[in-house]
Amino acid sequence: MGTQPRVIVVGGGLAGLAASVRVAEAGTPVDLFSVVPVKRSHSVCAQGGINACNKVARQQGYSEWQHMDETLYGGDFLNHQPPVYEMAHWAPKVIDLLDRMGVPFNRTREGERDLRLFGGSLFKRTHFSGASTGQQLLYALDEQTRRYEAEGKVTKYEFWEFLRPLINEDGDCKGIIAQDVRTMEIRAFPADAVVLATGGNGLMFGKSTMSVICTGAAAARAYRHGAWLGNPEFIQVHPTAIPGEDKCRLMSESARGEGGRVWVPRKKGDTRHPLEIPEEERLYFLEEKYPAYGNLVPRDIATREIFWKCQEGYGIGGGRMVYLDVSHLPTETKNKLKAILELYEKFTGDDPTEVPMKIFPSVHYTMGGLWTTYQEEWRDADPACDPSDRKTIVEDGKICGMKYGDPKNMVTNIPGLYAFGEVNYQYHGGTRLGANALLSCIFDGLYCGLSVANKAKADDSSKAADLPQSLIDKNIQEEKDLLAGLEANNGTNNPYEIHRVLGEEMTDSCTVIREEGRMLEARAKVAEIKEQYKSIKLSDTGSWTNQNLLFARALGDMIIYSDAVLETAIVRKESRGSHYRPDFPERNDEQFLKTTIAKYNPQSNTPDISFEDVPQPMVEPRARTYGSVETKKDDKKEAAAAK
Amino acid sequence: MIAQNKPEKYKVKIKRQDGPSQPAYYQTFEVPYRPGQNIISVLQYVAANPTTTDGKETSSPVWDSGCLEEVCGACSMVINGLVRQSCSTLVDEMLPEGNTITIEPMTKFPVVRDLFVDRQRMFENLKKVKGWVPIDGTHDLGEGPQESQADQEFRYALSRCMTCGCCLEACPQFEKDNEFIGPQAIAQAVYFNMHETGKHLKNERLDALMGKGGLNDCGNAQNCVRVCPKGVPLTEAIARLGRQITVHAVKEFFMGSKG
Ligand SMILES: Cc1cc2nc3c(=O)[nH]c(=O)nc-3n(C[C@H](O)[C@H](O)[C@H](O)COP(=O)(O)OP(=O)(O)OC[C@H]3O[C@@H](n4cnc5c(N)ncnc54)[C@H](O)[C@@H]3O)c2cc1C
Ligand code: SF4
Ligand code: SF4
Ligand code: FES
Repeated sequence: MGTQPRVIVVGGGLAGLAASVRVAEAGTPVDLFSVVPVKRSHSVCAQGGINACNKVARQQGYSEWQHMDETLYGGDFLNHQPPVYEMAHWAPKVIDLLDRMGVPFNRTREGERDLRLFGGSLFKRTHFSGASTGQQLLYALDEQTRRYEAEGKVTKYEFWEFLRPLINEDGDCKGIIAQDVRTMEIRAFPADAVVLATGGNGLMFGKSTMSVICTGAAAARAYRHGAWLGNPEFIQVHPTAIPGEDKCRLMSESARGEGGRVWVPRKKGDTRHPLEIPEEERLYFLEEKYPAYGNLVPRDIATREIFWKCQEGYGIGGGRMVYLDVSHLPTETKNKLKAILELYEKFTGDDPTEVPMKIFPSVHYTMGGLWTTYQEEWRDADPACDPSDRKTIVEDGKICGMKYGDPKNMVTNIPGLYAFGEVNYQYHGGTRLGANALLSCIFDGLYCGLSVANKAKADDSSKAADLPQSLIDKNIQEEKDLLAGLEANNGTNNPYEIHRVLGEEMTDSCTVIREEGRMLEARAKVAEIKEQYKSIKLSDTGSWTNQNLLFARALGDMIIYSDAVLETAIVRKESRGSHYRPDFPERNDEQFLKTTIAKYNPQSNTPDISFEDVPQPMVEPRARTYGSVETKKDDKKEAAAAK
Repeated sequence: MIAQNKPEKYKVKIKRQDGPSQPAYYQTFEVPYRPGQNIISVLQYVAANPTTTDGKETSSPVWDSGCLEEVCGACSMVINGLVRQSCSTLVDEMLPEGNTITIEPMTKFPVVRDLFVDRQRMFENLKKVKGWVPIDGTHDLGEGPQESQADQEFRYALSRCMTCGCCLEACPQFEKDNEFIGPQAIAQAVYFNMHETGKHLKNERLDALMGKGGLNDCGNAQNCVRVCPKGVPLTEAIARLGRQITVHAVKEFFMGSKG
C-alpha cells in the first residue's frame, strides 16, 4: 500500500467524476467506485440545463449575486449562504471549463453559447445542450476521467457497491467496505479521505423520475454508521412528469422555459379532446395567479397548484393529470426540445407537437442528504458582486464565502468523509431551482475536490496504511453476516412487494401535502414494514450476481432512511419550500429557520432529531411570493386593516 | 398506438445463463397484459413472480438497467430477434409477433448472468481512440472555442451515443473475439476530431484506426445505423473518418513521418 495518500470517490455521476478529475489533477491517486459503469450514472438523465450568469445575461442586468439571491430565495433561506455565494460566483468558470472540455452547448448564430429561461428567474441564464444536457456534461467529465485512467491516476471499480465507511478508533473515515456485485466478493479499501457522491433517494418513494439505482442506500449506510442527515424531509416533487408503469418520466422544465403552457379545461370533468377545447374555455391557472413568472414559478409552487387543481376536480377528465402544451410553439423551438418531445411520443404514442401532453407531479430530487459543513471566510466583495438592489450585504463591503482548499469544505460530521452532489444537503435549502443541481454537483467536485486532496495529504491523524487488520476484518465480517442473515431468512414476504407498499405510503403521506395525521399513520406503517422486512423471502440464493439479495439489502436501507424523512417532516411544524403542512400553512422563521439534523440511534433503530441555526450573513430572509396575485390582494387587505 | 384485442395474458420466453461459463437455457413465464407496459416492467413482474409456466419456482432473472428512459444505455437486449433498449420497447409493439415475446442477451459480449452482459470492451476502445479533449487542466482559462450552429448540431448528434452496444450487436464484422473496434468508437473519434482542441490528437486517433481492427474492417453493410436507438449518424461518421484517413495516409507518405 505504501505511504502515498489515496482518495476514494464513491459515485461516478457528475459530482463523483468532477471530484475524481480534480483530485487526480492535484496529484493524488483516486479509486473510483460505482455500482454501474460511471457513464450510466443517473446524471445522464438531466435534460434541461445548467445555470450560470454569463456575459449576455450580465448585460441584461443579471449577476452572480443575483444568481445567489435567487437560489436563497428559492430555497426559502434554509441554504447556507457562503457555499451558495461561492457556487454562484464559480458558475461562469464551471461553464467555461465544460465548454473547453468539448460539451456541445447550443449555439447562437454567432457561435456563442445560447441561453434559455428556467423556473425561479426572470432572466435567461440556463446553458443547455439540446434537451439532454446531463448526458453531455456527464460524458465530458467521463472522458476526462478516462484520460486520467489511461494515465494510471484514476482506478475504476465499476459494478462495485459501497457498503459502509471504514472508521478507525479515533472516529475518522479511513476507507470503505465494498462489494463486487458480479462475483459478490466483499473487500476493504483503505484510503486517507473518502467522498460519497452517490446521488438521491427517489426509489424510496417507489416510482419517481430517478434511475433505478437512486435508492439512497449509500447515504443510509453512512447514516447508520454515524454520519448525520441534514434536512431529510426536503424532497422535491417535479410538477411535470409522465406517469408510467415502471417509472415516472420527466418532462423537463425546459418545455415551459421555451414557452410551454400548463392548463386544464375551465369546466370540471370536461371530456372533450384537448384540441376541441377553445382557448377561452381553458384555464391557464399558473399564468393567472403568478403573472410575472407564469408557468415558470419554482417547482414547489407549480407542483402544489397542479395538485390542488386536480383535487378541486379540474384534472383532465376529473383525474390526476393536467395539460402541458407545446403544440403552439414555432417549429424551431420544437426542434430545440426534440429529445424530450420524442421521449413523450415514444412512451405514450402521442405526438406532443400536435396534441397537448398529459402530465402530473412526481418525486424528483433530494434536497436533504448527508449533513456537511465548510470553512467560512470573510473577504472583500469582488466586483461581480452587485448588491445594489439587495441592501443587506454587510456594511464594510465584505462578503462571506468559503475558504478555498480548506479540508473542512463539505465534510460530514465524520472527519475524512465528504459528501458531494445530490447526496450533500447544502445549496438548495427548502427547494431547488431547476438547473442548479448540475451546477452544485460539478461545483462540489471541482471546488471541494482540492479540500479532499488536502485532507488526504495532511498528516494530522493516523494514515490509512496504519488501520489495524482486526478492525478491517470485523467490518467485513459484519457485512457478510448481514447478507447471510438475509439469505437464511425463510419468511414469506416478497421484497419487491414490501418496496411497493413503502413507496406508496411515502408518496401518499410525505410529498406534496403533509398532513400530520397521515404522517403518523405512515410512521406506524413503516414500523410494520420494518417487522415484515425481518422475514422476507428471496427467490435467489445463488452466490453470483445475486440482484435479488442486493435489492433486499438496499430495501433495508430505504426503510431506515424513510424513517428519518418521516420523523423530520413530522417535527417541522411549518410550511417552507417543498414542505407543505396544511395545519401550519405559513413559514415560521422564529422556530424553524433551522437545519434539521437526524442522528441514527442504534439502540432504538430510529433517528434522534435536533435543530441547528442557519446564519444569514449576507441576505436577509424575506417572504417568498413570486408576485402571486392573491398575495398582493392580501397585502392590500392588511394595509387597509392597518389604517 | 394501443393495438386492439390484446390478450389478458401472454408469455415471455427468457434466455437464462447462471454465470459466464454456464450453459444457457430458456424459461417461459406468463405475464398479465397491461396497456403501456414496456419490456422492463415485464421483467420486473417476472422478478417479483418468478414461477415458470410449468409451475416451477425459479430465481428472478438478472438484467442491467438504469434510467428507464433510453438515455443511460444499460438495458440493450435482443427482443424477438431485434437488438434494442428494453426500457423503450413497448409490449404493444412486440406482441403482434405471436403471443410470446422472446428476450435474450446480446450475443457479441460475454454474458455475466442471464440478460446482463459485460461491455467493458467498448469503454476500452474509447481509450484506444483517445476519446477526450486534451485540455490543460481544470483551471480558469476562459471560454472554449466558438463553434458554428451547424458544427454544434453534428457534434451533438454524435455526442448522444450512450455506449449501449446495439450497433456492435448488429454489425456483421464485429465478433466476440475479433479485433474490430466497431462503429461506436469510430464515431467517437470523428466527434473529437471535430473539436478545435480535440483536433490536437487527431493524428493519434487516425493512427489507431488505420491498422488491423480499424476502419478497414468495416464492410459498409450499414446495419449499425439502422439499429442505433439514438440515431447517431454512424455511416456519415464512418465516411468522414475514411476521408480523414486517406488525407492522413497521403500526408504520411509525402512527409515520411507522422505529421
Ligand atoms: C429526469 C431528471 C432530469 C434532471 N434534469 C436536471 C436539469 O436539467 N438540470 C439540473 O441542474 N438538474 C437536473 N436533474 C437533477 C440532477 O440530474 C441530479 O441532481 C444530479 O445529476 C445528481 O448527480 P450526482 O453526481 O450527485 O449523482 P448521480 O448522477 O445520481 O450519481 C450517483 C453515483 O453514485 C453511484 N452509487 C450510488 N450508490 C452507490 C453505492 N452504494 N455504491 C457504489 N456506487 C453507488 C452510482 O453508480 C452513480 O455513479 C434532473 C434529475 C432527473 C431525475
Ligand atoms: S452508436 Fe448508437 S447503437 Fe452504437 S453504442 Fe452508440 S448509441 Fe448505441
Ligand atoms: S457499416 Fe456495417 S460493417 Fe461497418 S460498422 Fe456498420 S454494420 Fe459494421
Ligand atoms: S434503462 Fe437506460 S437505456 Fe434503458
